[in-house]
Amino acid sequence: MTFQTIKKNNPIKAVNTIFGFYRDGFRGMVLGKKLWAIILIKLFVMFAVLKLFFFPNYLNTNFITDKEKGNYVLEQITMDTTKTNQNDLINTKPKFK
Amino acid sequence: MVDIDLSMVNWARAQFALTAMYHWIFVPLTLGLSFLCAFFESIYVRTGNKEWKSITRFWMTLFGINFAIGVATGIILEFQFGTNWSNYSWIVGDIFGAPLAIEGIFAFFLEATFFAVMFFGWNRVSKKFHLFSTWMVAIGSNLSAVWILVANGWMQNPVGMAFNPETARFEMQSFLDVVFNPVAVSKFVHTSSSGFLFASLFVLSISCWYLIKGRHIQMAKKSIVVASVFGLLSSSYVVFTGDESAYVVAQKQPMKLAAIEGLYKGQTRAPIVAAGILNPKKQTGDDQDPFLVKVEIPYLLSLLANRSLNSFVPGIDDLVYGNEQQNIEGVASKISKGKTAINNLAQFKQARKENNTQKADISLKKFKENQEYMGYGYLNKPEDAVPPVAIPYYAFHIMVALGSLFPVLFAVFLFYVLKGSITQKKWLLPIGLVSGFLGLLAQESGWAVAEVGRQPWAINGLLPVHMSTTNLSAINVQITFFMFLGLFTILLAAEISIMLKQISIGPEEGH
Repeated sequence: MTFQTIKKNNPIKAVNTIFGFYRDGFRGMVLGKKLWAIILIKLFVMFAVLKLFFFPNYLNTNFITDKEKGNYVLEQITMDTTKTNQNDLINTKPKFK
Repeated sequence: MVDIDLSMVNWARAQFALTAMYHWIFVPLTLGLSFLCAFFESIYVRTGNKEWKSITRFWMTLFGINFAIGVATGIILEFQFGTNWSNYSWIVGDIFGAPLAIEGIFAFFLEATFFAVMFFGWNRVSKKFHLFSTWMVAIGSNLSAVWILVANGWMQNPVGMAFNPETARFEMQSFLDVVFNPVAVSKFVHTSSSGFLFASLFVLSISCWYLIKGRHIQMAKKSIVVASVFGLLSSSYVVFTGDESAYVVAQKQPMKLAAIEGLYKGQTRAPIVAAGILNPKKQTGDDQDPFLVKVEIPYLLSLLANRSLNSFVPGIDDLVYGNEQQNIEGVASKISKGKTAINNLAQFKQARKENNTQKADISLKKFKENQEYMGYGYLNKPEDAVPPVAIPYYAFHIMVALGSLFPVLFAVFLFYVLKGSITQKKWLLPIGLVSGFLGLLAQESGWAVAEVGRQPWAINGLLPVHMSTTNLSAINVQITFFMFLGLFTILLAAEISIMLKQISIGPEEGH
């Protein structure tokens, strides 16, 4: 099977050719099989373990609408900024050269 | 009111650094090795010499191993955004959405089509189409990197956006401004060219190992020729892109420049520190000498920072405490303005809740007067605007020292390999062997300069790192930090072991 089939402008044959290309490619792999196994295990660990159990999206988990998420973040970034004593800032002596 | 757990912030920071630095082992190698494979294959297609085909397939196999182990490690960063950095990911979502989506789509189509032809297509497609696919992988991988660097460049120099106080998000106003942000452009050219350099060192390193062992000598020599030419060109280019990067940093992030140079007191006709040991007791604003010992090159920092020998380069003290003569505003004043902006934003939010339109409009107007200082409002004291100086300083000097060494190394290798006496230069081969590790060290140092040097900011001047995190307990992040450490160690061990096995097999049977 070659890519010459695609040139004949037959969509079904073209799809078969492309499918066969990938199928034979995967079948013919030697080192590639080990690498694909690593990729699949890695993706499984990432998505089925880490993402699912350890990395929930905080905002999506706790809020439904974008408005709720926006309000929450707005609350976070307008939280207490008075921890700094304004007098400390005023008393910071600029060291002009 | 919410209290941020600073130990959580530091663990989240450490976790992000661990993941990014691990990811960064694979990315530059992919960027550079893809082009080297394209060069090797181009020579094969042009000459018809089967030996070049064998060389191409060997390096392509190592490229494939690197790609397989490295692929998707960057996705973990996105998990961390959602969990550990929810404030940040919400605030920048509108800016990062487009570049990251383009990057994802690009990578998917590239990997599904041209990668398949590159690895499965030998003897199945014409030589020219295979070569075209290899080039497309090289070009596509590098273009894919554009988008992530556009996102990173925006964090270092936020442009082309406006803050929407209703949604608490930065919204994109100009896609072109974001894409052609000078920091993003300089980042891309410097990062991609340093990737070419690192990959050339990788090829040089393995080829030297073959020469030391007396195996695959012709293949090793041919590989050294191509790697040395590419390495020499890219390392020379890296010097120019590095100079441009430093210039952009000086203009957009002067505190970072001051930190990487250990410059506390600004100077006219400022010298650059070629080498030196920092004084560990030095504090911002005190009178101690920042260095225990140093060697300087006169005028060079002024030239580097401003393209002028007589220009003034601000130091950390000038940027923190202000310098009237040079018209530099101190951080204390910016903190006051930032706190005003945050208070006005809070009043705006409250007025909206109360449906008080008039009060909301007034608060919004006041907020806009100071919003560019908003990030400073989250700092407790002026000295908080200073990054940890030692890490970016030493990382920068290691990177520059190695970056200056590499062009010489490539030139020497090219000279001897073309002269035909490379195998007799027993002193040179071990240097070539370790050069790959030095390349990796330079890469990771570059990352530390860029990312530690911009602290305390997640978004320069607008959002500090400690305000970007989710309000979680530190233990949650600690657990996942050690999980990642385990996972990455296993993956790295797998990569090294598979690569070493493949290198040991060599080019003939390596596919």
